[in-house]
Amino acid sequence: MTLLAERPGVVQEPGGPDHGHGPTGILRWLTSTDHKVIGKSYLITSIVFFLFAGVMAVLMRTQLASPDSTIVSQHTYNELFTMHGSLMLYLFAGPFAFGGLANYMVPLQVGAPDMAFPRLNALSYWLYLGGGLTMIGGFLTVGGAADFGWVAYAPLSNAVNSPGAGPDMWIVSLILTGFSAIFTGVNICATVFYLRAPGMTMFRVPIFTWNMVVTGILILIAFPVLTAAMVMLWCDRHLGTHIYTVSGGGVPVLWQNLFWFFGHPEVYILALPYFGMVTEILPVFSRKPVFGYRGMVFATITIGALSTSVWAHHMFTTGVVLLPFFSLMSYMIAVPTGIKFFNWIGTMWRGSLKFDTPMLFAVGFLVVFLFGGVTGVFLASPPIDFATHDTYFVVAHFHEVLFGSAVFAGFAGLSYWYPKMFGRMLRESLGKASFWFMFVGFWVTFLPQYLLGLHGMPRRIAEYSASTGWTTLNRVSTAGAYILFLAVAIMVVNFYVSWRRPIHASGNPWDGHTLEWATTSPPPPHNFFRLPPVRSERPLWDFNHPEHTTRAHEAEHEGGTPSRRGTRATGGGADGAR
Amino acid sequence: MRNESRLLLVVSLFGAVIGVLFWAVGLSPVYATITSGGTIMLGAVCLLGLLPGYYYHWWSRRMSPRSEDDPEATPESGAGVVGVFPGTSIWPFVLGMSALLVCLSLVFGFWTAIFGFSLAIAAVVGVILESRRGGAI
Repeated sequence: MTLLAERPGVVQEPGGPDHGHGPTGILRWLTSTDHKVIGKSYLITSIVFFLFAGVMAVLMRTQLASPDSTIVSQHTYNELFTMHGSLMLYLFAGPFAFGGLANYMVPLQVGAPDMAFPRLNALSYWLYLGGGLTMIGGFLTVGGAADFGWVAYAPLSNAVNSPGAGPDMWIVSLILTGFSAIFTGVNICATVFYLRAPGMTMFRVPIFTWNMVVTGILILIAFPVLTAAMVMLWCDRHLGTHIYTVSGGGVPVLWQNLFWFFGHPEVYILALPYFGMVTEILPVFSRKPVFGYRGMVFATITIGALSTSVWAHHMFTTGVVLLPFFSLMSYMIAVPTGIKFFNWIGTMWRGSLKFDTPMLFAVGFLVVFLFGGVTGVFLASPPIDFATHDTYFVVAHFHEVLFGSAVFAGFAGLSYWYPKMFGRMLRESLGKASFWFMFVGFWVTFLPQYLLGLHGMPRRIAEYSASTGWTTLNRVSTAGAYILFLAVAIMVVNFYVSWRRPIHASGNPWDGHTLEWATTSPPPPHNFFRLPPVRSERPLWDFNHPEHTTRAHEAEHEGGTPSRRGTRATGGGADGAR
Repeated sequence: MRNESRLLLVVSLFGAVIGVLFWAVGLSPVYATITSGGTIMLGAVCLLGLLPGYYYHWWSRRMSPRSEDDPEATPESGAGVVGVFPGTSIWPFVLGMSALLVCLSLVFGFWTAIFGFSLAIAAVVGVILESRRGGAI
């Protein structure tokens, strides 16, 4: 069955084109090419992977709570940290954002009826699901899952040091999910470039969508390198090539070059979508336009570009990289990130702030990510990196950055768009409880890890002796991990409650700014019954509050007679918004 | 179309500038063997932006102006048929599972690839027949 997608004029009666006699039940899920169904599938699948990887983290922290612990064996511990990292990075943080929320929200935000390539979109999801299950399936093999860390350094990952089917399944899984990500990246770019609503020029596209476009380009730069590196690793393991082995004339450090050329853009593939979510949430709950719209776009593009030239700062201690070059480049990334922070604060400045759950998580993200980002600046300095490389200092740093973005900003985005996606509200009380437990648990978990790192505790060790004096800090960190577990459990209860006892959401519960709130919750097939005219980067706000439009506000400024109410509602940040 | 093409050309320009810089800094004999990989990858970034970026640039000078690039466009100006979208299709699922089976042959031996390629052929035929009846990719 094919459908003509029509873009509505000013008003179109509900009912729309011919819908509603497609397949039902599981066949509907298997055959759907609707970006909303695929987006939800992505979201739910990635959250299941997140919970699975979270349980692994709790197991690892339990193991480390006391010295000489034998709760899990060393081999199992290796599998746990490998699969925890792999699931979180490859199967949760990325797909949750660019597979789940972006898939659902980007067509809505630009006023498109669907993604540009709906069947390719469905194929991405099936590749992702197949790849993810393959990775977890490694646990069912005789030798267990992959156990060489999520970075799979050569020569640890070769056939001699890591034999068995588990590592091969890990490699296959990354090939599959890599293609899934590439297809999604192509799809998002094509959707934004070709299916925007009339009047929505590139510089009126919401920042979330802008960030997704840059993320899409980064995916196209980074993931093919990963896939190629994986295929070569497989050849080394099975066909007897010597690409990463010294004995046959290969270069093991080539693996690190290839992997991190993927890996560092990947960090920003994971961060930029979440920056976008925060940039959507802060203006809505401050009731102001985003401060410095063009600055935000510029910062996003700069971060994306610079991220392709800093890969070797993960390899300072190999001794074969250009230290000054990569150190300087890494420092430079702090500049556009600083612009973003400045603009986020500028957006909230003198706004009428409303601390609902999404806003709480977004502000929590600002605090948490700032700390992770600042310790990242430390690590860009080679002398400090030499001292802390592969210690818990680095573990704490990247958990602050990634947990800050993927979980704090991710939950902010999830609770912000949950009404749109499921047509029902989350409970505020449970959401806030979840936030405070998470915020406290986060610091209790990761601050001790910085100290442990400075005391010299290496990463990826399953046991330590009591004489090292690391026991107390490890205990505190483990307690924090349990608090985090509780916070996530409250979030899951929140979903359950909203599923069993729904409070129905209107089309626009937060008084939103962008086009996704201009339709019903959840949106009908092909998304819109009517589109408001697009005259600024927040078309729906202009439509709902004609007296406070971005343009009217500018005219007031030029005329020099701002009305008090208008200034309050749209705020002083509108100067930078155009 | 102009801004889209500029975005991709900026990526390309960045790859070129940084690639040359990286190559020049790495001329020191200590680093020579190691930097070659990075220079190639940065060169690839340059090409990745250049190809679609220049195509968009070329096309933007030839196409009729689009309502989404016009800041004053009204919703009516874009009304009408946007494109033909497949409502439902089983073939992405079949194609995904065939790719999974083909890739699993890298682990479990070539027998899964037999099923995988058979499914892939079925899926390709299915998608083409479906597209003949009308539908985007």
